[in-house]
Amino acid sequence: MIVRSLFFATYRDMAGHDELAVELPSGARVADLVGSLRARGGGLARLPDSPVVAVNMDYAPLATELADGDEVAFIPPVAGG
Amino acid sequence: MLGGALTPADGAALLFWGVVREQNDGRAVSQLEYSAYGPMAQREMLRIADEARARFGTGAIHVVHRVGRLEIGEASVAIAVASPHRGEAYEASRYVIEQLKQRVPVWKREGYLDGHAEWVPGFAPAVEAAR
Repeated sequence: MIVRSLFFATYRDMAGHDELAVELPSGARVADLVGSLRARGGGLARLPDSPVVAVNMDYAPLATELADGDEVAFIPPVAGG
Repeated sequence: MLGGALTPADGAALLFWGVVREQNDGRAVSQLEYSAYGPMAQREMLRIADEARARFGTGAIHVVHRVGRLEIGEASVAIAVASPHRGEAYEASRYVIEQLKQRVPVWKREGYLDGHAEWVPGFAPAVEAAR
């Protein structure tokens, strides 16, 4: 399955892209996606091992199981207002 | 914005602006740039407004957050609350801005007079155990 990873602010700077399509085995969880991204090396190696993520625009724990086509946003500490 | 929130049942209308100021943590700021995960930010702001209405029993609550480059003195966020009574309006307005700062996926990059620019450190949103 393929999930879309989105990067913002400091994570966008690390990744060097706004988004990345990642292929994962079915049944993979958010934590597996994080591991796969960190293992790519480069700037993504600096992604925290437990980042805050939103799956399809809802904040979700790392144990959340992913489905094909999910949108997983990596959310660094927010600073609105 | 305030007028748009009012109905004949309301006896109070409250407008809050968050404004770009010239200093942050003692450094002189020349300009600010906001970016957002737009669709989620909108959803999260609607959720927060719904929570505030349910919690405090106000009328309509409208929330706007700007993105892009802003100058000192410009409003970055505006919250309009209409309510039958003033007490609930003040509480709801406060609730919305505090929650917005903790949960809404918006980031700001400050440009300083010395030419540097940095992402401003913020809050890590709380993630509930169950999805």
